Amino acid sequence: MELTGAEIFVRSLEEQGVKHVFGYPGGAVLPIYDAFDQQDKVEHILVRHEQAAAHAADGYARSTGRPGVVLVTSGPGATNAVTGIATAYMDSIPMVVFSGQVPTALIGNDAFQEVDNVGITRPCVKHNFLVKDVKDLALTIRKAFYIATTGRPGPVVVDIPKDVSTLKAEFHYPKRIKMRSYNPVTKGHPRQIKKAIELMLSAKRPMLYTGGGVVVGNASKQLVEMTKLLNFPITNTLMGLGAYPATDKQFVGMLGMHGTYEANMSMHNCDVLIAIGARFDDRVTGNVEKFCPTAKIIHVDIDPASISKNVSVDVPIVGPVDQVLKEMVAQLKDSKAKPDAAALKAWWKQINEWRAMDCLKYSTDCEHIKPQAVVETLYKVTKGNAFVTSDVGQHQMFAAQFYKFDKPNRWINSGGLGTMGFGLPSAMGVQVAHPKSTVACITGEGSIQMCIQELSTCLQYGLPIKIINLNNGFLGMVRQWQEFFYQGRYASSYMESLPDFVKLAEAYGHVGMQISKPEDVEGALKEAMKLKDRLVFMDFLIDPSENVYPMIPAGAGLNEMILV
Amino acid sequence: MRHIISILMENEAGALSRVAGLFSARGYNIESLTVAATEDPSLSRMTLVTTGTDQIIEQITKQLNKLIDVVKLMDMCEGEHIEREMMLIKVRAVDKGREEIKRMADIFRGRIIDVTDALYTIEVTGTSGKLDAFIEAIDAADIIEVVRSGVTGIARGERALHV
Repeated sequence: MELTGAEIFVRSLEEQGVKHVFGYPGGAVLPIYDAFDQQDKVEHILVRHEQAAAHAADGYARSTGRPGVVLVTSGPGATNAVTGIATAYMDSIPMVVFSGQVPTALIGNDAFQEVDNVGITRPCVKHNFLVKDVKDLALTIRKAFYIATTGRPGPVVVDIPKDVSTLKAEFHYPKRIKMRSYNPVTKGHPRQIKKAIELMLSAKRPMLYTGGGVVVGNASKQLVEMTKLLNFPITNTLMGLGAYPATDKQFVGMLGMHGTYEANMSMHNCDVLIAIGARFDDRVTGNVEKFCPTAKIIHVDIDPASISKNVSVDVPIVGPVDQVLKEMVAQLKDSKAKPDAAALKAWWKQINEWRAMDCLKYSTDCEHIKPQAVVETLYKVTKGNAFVTSDVGQHQMFAAQFYKFDKPNRWINSGGLGTMGFGLPSAMGVQVAHPKSTVACITGEGSIQMCIQELSTCLQYGLPIKIINLNNGFLGMVRQWQEFFYQGRYASSYMESLPDFVKLAEAYGHVGMQISKPEDVEGALKEAMKLKDRLVFMDFLIDPSENVYPMIPAGAGLNEMILV
Repeated sequence: MRHIISILMENEAGALSRVAGLFSARGYNIESLTVAATEDPSLSRMTLVTTGTDQIIEQITKQLNKLIDVVKLMDMCEGEHIEREMMLIKVRAVDKGREEIKRMADIFRGRIIDVTDALYTIEVTGTSGKLDAFIEAIDAADIIEVVRSGVTGIARGERALHV
C-alpha cells in the first residue's frame, strides 16, 4: 500500500523503535506533525526553542545509549537546532535530526523560511541528507539511524522538503543495511592488541587514561574488569566520568586543566600510558610538547583519525572499545606474564603521596556557601545515584570534581563544544528517558538563562528536575580567567539585573527556593528531593570569589598545576 | 611534501562540497582538485593535490576516509604513478613570433587547436612541471589566457583504485 511521506516518516520511526521525539512544529513539517497526531507509538515532546530539542535528545541519548531524535521545521527551526547538533557532534552522541525544508520546486529560490540546512550543518554532523524523492525516504531514514549509531557515533541530519512528506510511495523499511562507502571497524587488530598487552605488562609506572568513548561505546564493564586485573591507576576525562567507579581506590580522579594533582602527576610521570576512547583534547594534554614525556603510548579508539592527531602514539589499536577491552581481558587472563608487582607497589606509593596533597580541599571557614559543598551535599543526599547534567563553567568543574560517579551514563555535560544552555534541556531528555530517577541539573545563573524557557516544557510534561543554581553573580569561569590573566579587569563577566529566580520558577508553575546560608544547604536539598513530582529550582547564593582549583594554565604541562 | 590523492566517492549531490568543506574547516591546502564520474555512473573519481608534512597528510587521508560518501582512496605518491594535467593556452602569435610559438608548441608536444590572424590556442598535456615550463618558455607579454585542468593521476602497474 502506498503511504504519504509523512506516514512513511512516522512508520519508519516506529520500525526503528523510537519512543520519543523532541521537536517544534512549523510550516514545512505540518504534514509530518499531522501524521504524528494520528498514532500513539511515538511520543512527541514539544520544547520551547529548537536548541533545547537537540539538547534534550542529546541528554536522552547520553543517558540511555539509544539515539536521540529531533524534529524541527525549515529555516529558523533548523538553524536554532545547530548549536545542539554541534554539541552532540563534538561529544560523538548518536542523534538523528529531521528538519523540514521548503518544497523541492522552491529550493534555491530564497523561499519563506528557506535555509540550506544541509550546507549549514555539514561541518557539524557525521553525515546529512536532503531527501528529494519520497521513494528514498524510508531508506534514507534507515541509513541515518545506522550511521548515527555505529562506528564513532554522531548526529545525522535528514532534511525533508514539504512535498516529499505529502507525496506517496510504497513503504518498505529495510531491516538490515549495507553501504559500500561506510563500513565501521568491528574488531581491533589481534597483533596490535598482543603488542599492547606486552607493553602493559612490562610497565613500571603504568597509567590508564579513558574517555567518553568508553561511555558511548558501552565498555565500562570491560574497563573495570581489566583495570582490576592489572591493579593500574586510572583516570577519566571529563567525558569519561562514571566509566570507572569514582569511589574505587584505583581511581585517581579526573585529569586535565582542572583535574586532580594525583591524576595529572601520574600522567606526567608514567612510563606506559594506555589511552582508551579518549582523544587527547587540549584541555587534557595541556602543552603537547610537555605531555607524558617518558611514556610509551597505547591508544584504543574506534576512529582512526583520532589516533596520532594531537600526540603521536606507539601502539595504535583501531576498534570498538568494548571488543578490544574484552580481548585484552582474555589475553591477560591467559598470559603467563603478570604485571610487575614490586614496581607497581612503588608506583602506588608515589601516587598516594601525591594524593595526600588533597588538592580538592577547600576552605569552609566562610560566611558564604561554597559551591563545592553544595555538590558534595547533593552527592550525599542523592546517595550518588542521581543523573547529573551540567552547563558550562565553574559549576561544571565543581560537579565533575565533587560528584563521584560510580556508573556510566549518569554524568551528562557538554565537554567538547562547551555549550552554555545545555544543562536544563538535556536534563529534560534524561528525565523523559528515566521518569522515576532523580535528575539534577547543576548550573549557574549565566548558563541557566540561556535556555530557561524550557521551564515551561518541564511543567507540560511533568518533569521533576532538581535545578541546582550555583549563583555567584558572575560568569564564574570568565571571571576566574580575568582574575588570573587579565589583571582582574572583569569585562562583562558580572551578571547584573538578575531575575528573582524563586519568583521566576513559581511563575512557570514550579517550586522555587533560595538558599544563602551554609547551614541550610543540606536541609534544602533534602526537602527538594522529597518533592518527587515537582521541579524545584534551588537558587544557591554562593561565594562570589571562589575559583576552581587545581588549574593548569594554557601552555603549561600537566605537572605545572596551580594549586590553591 | 606534495601529494596526489585519488578518491572514489558516491556520485551524490554535495559530495564535492564535503571534501572542499573538510579542507577549509581543518585548514588543509588544496592546490588543485578535479572530479568527474567514472565508468560506473554511481561513482565519482576525484583527484586532489595537496601539500603537508607526513603527519598532516596522514590526517588528511584519515579525515577523507571518514566522510561517509568516500568509498576508497589512494595516495598516488605512495607508489609509482603517472600524473597528467592539461592546459589550454592562448598566446599572441604575429610576425616572427608566430613561427617561434609554433616551434615551441612542437617541442612541448603541444597542439595548436585554434588559430586567428594574431593568436594561437595551444593544448599541452603533461605533468604540472612540464606545463609550468611551457609557460616559462613563452614571453609573458604574449600570454593572453591560461586554463589548466588540475592534476589527474593513475597508479602504474597492478596497483589500481577500484571498488
